[in-house]
Amino acid sequence: MNNLIEIKGVRHAYTTADGPLPVLDGLEIAVPEGGFVAVVGPSGCGKSTLTRLVAGLMMPDVGEVWLHGERVKGPRSTVGMAFQNPVLLEWRTILQNVMLPLEIVPTKLSRKEQKERARYLLALVGLEGFEDKRPSELSGGMRQRASLCRSLVHKPEVLILDEPFGALDAFTREDLWQTMHKVKEAEPFTGVLITHDLRESIFLADQVVVLSGRPARTQYVLDVPNTGPRDLEHLYTPEAAEMLAVLRHQIEVAQGRAPVEEGVA
Amino acid sequence: MNPGLRKFFVPVLAVVIFLILWEALVWVMGWPNYKMASPSDLVPAYAKYWNLFFIMGWQTLWRTVVGLVLAIIVGVGIGMVMGFSRTMREALYPLLVGFNAIPKATVVPIVALMFVGAHDFNTVLIAFMISFFPIAVSISIGLSTLEPEYRDILRALGASQATIFWKIALPKTLPEFFGALKVAVTLAFIGTNLMEIVSPHGRGLGALFDSAKTNSDYPLMFAVLIALAGLGILLYYIVVWLENTFAGWAERQPG
Repeated sequence: MNNLIEIKGVRHAYTTADGPLPVLDGLEIAVPEGGFVAVVGPSGCGKSTLTRLVAGLMMPDVGEVWLHGERVKGPRSTVGMAFQNPVLLEWRTILQNVMLPLEIVPTKLSRKEQKERARYLLALVGLEGFEDKRPSELSGGMRQRASLCRSLVHKPEVLILDEPFGALDAFTREDLWQTMHKVKEAEPFTGVLITHDLRESIFLADQVVVLSGRPARTQYVLDVPNTGPRDLEHLYTPEAAEMLAVLRHQIEVAQGRAPVEEGVA
Repeated sequence: MNPGLRKFFVPVLAVVIFLILWEALVWVMGWPNYKMASPSDLVPAYAKYWNLFFIMGWQTLWRTVVGLVLAIIVGVGIGMVMGFSRTMREALYPLLVGFNAIPKATVVPIVALMFVGAHDFNTVLIAFMISFFPIAVSISIGLSTLEPEYRDILRALGASQATIFWKIALPKTLPEFFGALKVAVTLAFIGTNLMEIVSPHGRGLGALFDSAKTNSDYPLMFAVLIALAGLGILLYYIVVWLENTFAGWAERQPG
């Protein structure tokens, strides 16, 4: 089995004033090359910790994270990240923001080719003509699109999306879901999507992993059939309704096992 | 009126109106010039001592600027140490606050005794001591409140701490830094003049003020105040110009 991302038996605890706080306990996730896995779970169950582990920003206490057959020991330039907060740099134009990773990661592209690549990605997500604008001149959805371009500009093997659409209104979010399909077709990547939105998980991913309440372990894995580009109608089919019901039930189980406070993490 | 002209004429007009009101107030109240000099009294004072104003104004200006530059270097240094290290922040804050709480007027005689005769050095030192605090605090707050995601987007790509500082932390802190620098400019002037007035060595506008006081030349005292205000405005607008050049992105268009 050729898995690009493998998370094996990961356990992790944070040190707090009241002693260790376990957040992950026995996490198992495998994502094949080109796969797109959505991770859902109750608030505060350690989903963001998971992204930091895959990105190599921190090491698990126990267990291993493997990327492309290599054990993750630190940050790697083959990873792209996007967060709920688009974190664009206000003093740069949109184009310069998108090009930022190319200033860090070694690249063979000339300056001109870098610009072309950034322009191409911006056009792909529908931001043509906004290259020279500042982030403050863009709407929330447009900023998130730009952030997506930045996470892809250096052609990462792995794309980590940590609730990228969480702060957007419903219509903008659905727009961006469709943009994601378009992007994945044009720029294939292997992805991990952290989300609170079950509809989002089955619309975008080909596998949905439900985490239990804190400390999180892999509680349930759902395979989404008929992957690939699809339109929003897909969410209103009986199959989709059935998947959503299953997932909702699993979330309730997760919450019941270890109730956590309501709210957005 | 076009915006460029407007930007120039509106402030100038405000100054002229201020001078007219001042003159009228003194005239209406019938105050003698030892109680309150009027703008028309200042003209002869400037005409008589213009060369002193140039020489001493320059002495005040360069010592203030040197003190300010030192304050920037040391303030940014301390701010960086406190911004990046929680331990250092906890260790340095009480010391810094305590140091800042000491009225610098009480430090002047001590410094004057400590480095007898080194008047330029002493003046620069006081200007520096009074003005580095807001810079250090603003930099440390700017760096310590940097959202972790900003670091993560570069760290995840394997960027070094230095790269993160130059590409993100430093530019992101610039608006706070310039805000603090505007406060520091005025404070540095206070520092320079404190030294020049409390421990006069015949240098700087403070010394000119002091000798005007000794000679009961009241219009000259007022003339010095206005000259100091002029220098303060000059330095302040230099900072504003630097801010617009380096941190102009932080200003949002209204609406």
